[in-house]
Amino acid sequence: MAAQVSRAEYCVVACAEAWRGDGEILAAPMGVVPRIGARLAGLTFEPGLLLTDGEAMLVGDDPEVVEGWLPYRRHLALVAGGKRHVMMGASQLDRHGNQNISCVGDWKRPRRQLLGVRGAPVNTLNNPTSYWVPRHSRRVFVERVDMVCGVGHDRAAAAGPSATRFHELRRVVTDLAVLDFATPDRTLRVHSLHPGVTAGQVREATGFPLTVADDVPRTREPSAAELRLIREVIDPEGLREREVPS
Amino acid sequence: MSPGLDKRMSAAEAVGRIESGMTVGIGGWGSRRKPMALVRALLRTDVTDLTVVSFGGPDVGLLTAAGKIRKLVTAFATLDSIPLEPHFRAARERGALELVELDEAMVMWGLTAAVHRLPFLPVRAGLGSDVMTVNPGLRTVRSPYEDGEELVAVPALRLDVALVHLNRADAAGNGQYLGPDPYFDDLFCEAAGHAYLSCERVVDTTEFAAAGGPGTLLVSRHSVAGVIEAPHGAHFTSCVPDYGRDEAFQSAYAKAAADPGAWREFAARFLSGDEDAYRAAVAEFGREGRWPLR
Repeated sequence: MAAQVSRAEYCVVACAEAWRGDGEILAAPMGVVPRIGARLAGLTFEPGLLLTDGEAMLVGDDPEVVEGWLPYRRHLALVAGGKRHVMMGASQLDRHGNQNISCVGDWKRPRRQLLGVRGAPVNTLNNPTSYWVPRHSRRVFVERVDMVCGVGHDRAAAAGPSATRFHELRRVVTDLAVLDFATPDRTLRVHSLHPGVTAGQVREATGFPLTVADDVPRTREPSAAELRLIREVIDPEGLREREVPS
Repeated sequence: MSPGLDKRMSAAEAVGRIESGMTVGIGGWGSRRKPMALVRALLRTDVTDLTVVSFGGPDVGLLTAAGKIRKLVTAFATLDSIPLEPHFRAARERGALELVELDEAMVMWGLTAAVHRLPFLPVRAGLGSDVMTVNPGLRTVRSPYEDGEELVAVPALRLDVALVHLNRADAAGNGQYLGPDPYFDDLFCEAAGHAYLSCERVVDTTEFAAAGGPGTLLVSRHSVAGVIEAPHGAHFTSCVPDYGRDEAFQSAYAKAAADPGAWREFAARFLSGDEDAYRAAVAEFGREGRWPLR
């Protein structure tokens, strides 16, 4: 089985695992693989999850069936209430979990304008946050981000108790590994390596020193039932393989 | 309806009430239900030096390209199916746009504060992020209660004028949206000194009930100064269920925006005439389905 599982499919399972134990909250995936992962979690081990159609409707197991309404104003209110676990993208991410999606270079006149801060500041201070990085590289994993949009542990601590009160960074899923912040100083470390990836490869693709335990586990295998769901039910078009080419 | 409540007017008349230096709020979200006919009408004026508040899409792009914006207040500028608004991006990379970059929730609460005539509202957003760094004027406020929490005091985003586009409206300025999301169009209208509501179709008030339930009646006439019937007035952004986004046209827009020469050609073809000329040029584009013409 393992030989037939694509890297994208390991990523889907690793993303799905991010929502394990979350219960009846909104899973807010950004990106193709996180979206497939969230649906997989909802269809298997986390049936309470709420999911949107990508716009204002909450949909059930069958994405054609509307079960609720979540326009932007209610979505933003839900963020502040904390009943949501978002998985955002990151153009830059540092070891403390500070994320940038706004611009690269000097903010006053950026070398490259990106999306803008969007909802990253409110997300990170109010509901659990994970990140998805489809191409693990030194361009993304940098020593220091150019504009802090999503707030990392060091910046939240410096900003005081109102910033840390509901601040919770969960995990970072990349095409090479799953990272978390389970270190004494809450900086990134490798939680698991995807099968076929070496610790050296991940270190090489990361722009800061990264803790990798000698006995670091492998990202778990999808079950046969999960693979069937991914391939036949959730993503029969194979969009996952375009986001993470094998 | 009393004749005094008939607020129908042309797009030119509506934007004629906008003066240089004003703060203009624009409804919709990204490339969704933007009041594009009103924005195009604004492009035809000599108004400049505007402060624009918007959940940014091609409204921001067009006004930026035309040099109308002095200061932009936003959390993003996107075309949705194309992640980056090309004119916004180019202007930022030239250092040509004064930006007040706020979090999405901060924009919502800033508009809400203006609607409620409050100087600010406290929010748990911005703390620890560089939103505080790039907006050194932002202040925090301490809760007077036992918790003593220190939160960001988002200042009211008061608007001189708001421009929004809905599916239906009556002549008095009651507006009905029929799509999936109201966005924040009611807040924009109520936060403004004058709001101008364009719509796909002006209908008799009696027609609202058959089109949708009470929740669809988003904008109320007390907050509207002018009603503009503008069929396809959100083009090329989406105005569901009347029409979706014109992806082919948006893609042509984005391609042209990436190159000054191509943009001049695009502007000459689509933006040099009035709204009828725009619609004719778009119809021709639809028949040919390609860009640029050679």
